[in-house]
Amino acid sequence: MSISKKIVDDFVANDVSFITTVPCKQLAGVIDEVEARPEIFHIPSNKEDEGMGLCAGAWMGGKRPAIIMQNTAIGVTINTLATLTQYYRMPLPILISYRGELREPVACQVEMAVHTKALLNQMLIPTYHFHKESDADELDAILKYTFMCNKPVAILTDASFWGGYGDQ
Amino acid sequence: MIRSEILKEIAPILRDQLVVCNIGIPSQELHAIDDQPTNFYMLGTMGLASSIGLGLAIAQPKPVIVIDGDGSVLTNLGTLPTIGNNCPDNYILMIVDNGSYGSTGDQPTYTGKKTDLAGMARAAGCDNVVEVQDVDTGEALQAALDSGKGTVMIVKCDSGNAKNPVITMDPVIIRDRFMKAVAS
Repeated sequence: MSISKKIVDDFVANDVSFITTVPCKQLAGVIDEVEARPEIFHIPSNKEDEGMGLCAGAWMGGKRPAIIMQNTAIGVTINTLATLTQYYRMPLPILISYRGELREPVACQVEMAVHTKALLNQMLIPTYHFHKESDADELDAILKYTFMCNKPVAILTDASFWGGYGDQ
Repeated sequence: MIRSEILKEIAPILRDQLVVCNIGIPSQELHAIDDQPTNFYMLGTMGLASSIGLGLAIAQPKPVIVIDGDGSVLTNLGTLPTIGNNCPDNYILMIVDNGSYGSTGDQPTYTGKKTDLAGMARAAGCDNVVEVQDVDTGEALQAALDSGKGTVMIVKCDSGNAKNPVITMDPVIIRDRFMKAVAS
């Protein structure tokens, strides 16, 4: 089974039925899989804070949401995480492409990578880092944890987890 | 008319509906005029009222009315294409367009100058866009509800704010009572 399919299987098994995405090359397979599943309403957003707004509304409407985005978006979403998701105590799994780690070909991506964990830590957001494919075995437990505690929870997935960048 | 006068006039229509209300003075005014568990007051997060309301409208079947502002929509312009391409029939976005950032001291926005929000919404793919004058808001809102079609309303009105206290209700209580009203 592909890792993208396994990840989306875990979302579906945990009744996540509303997913918003902002694309990243690493996440393309997951986004395709989200789009293909009839159990999931997939709504692409134009910016990640907008996506978190959509997720807040969907959760209040009775659906379990998730957002899929790149780590550069941590810089875009700090205010929304603090004043909406955390302030109103809402659950939100955040599946993040962790650009700028080992095997990264684009130097500028490193500039946000060095802030990523520090910002998540400062925001008191529980953070899990998938480096090897087997790390994804914890996703089911992470999703259960997120909806148990009603907090945003970050899942960082780096290039090694996705198998590198190929011929780039 | 200023925003608070419009809200007073449409309060009887809003009362039985799910309402997502924009940050700052709009929420303070609605809270003071007619506090209801069906009102979701934004206490922070400038710009996201339309997005929260859209997620809510997609997730469940009851009508959702978003009370937004021109400044707020300008902050989150990406919302218009998302609405245009995903708008459910139970979603009404009412943009109170007073041409100013009311909560921060009535600094002018670009909609008071050359920018046309109705035109932008149409260009973004929103099918039912209506521009109305303040005095016609109630009639237009009721018509949008009765139409059973997703609608974006631009309500042109005067700049100005009523003086009301800040909302001191705990956010988790606002959210919890709202979710109970959604589910009831």
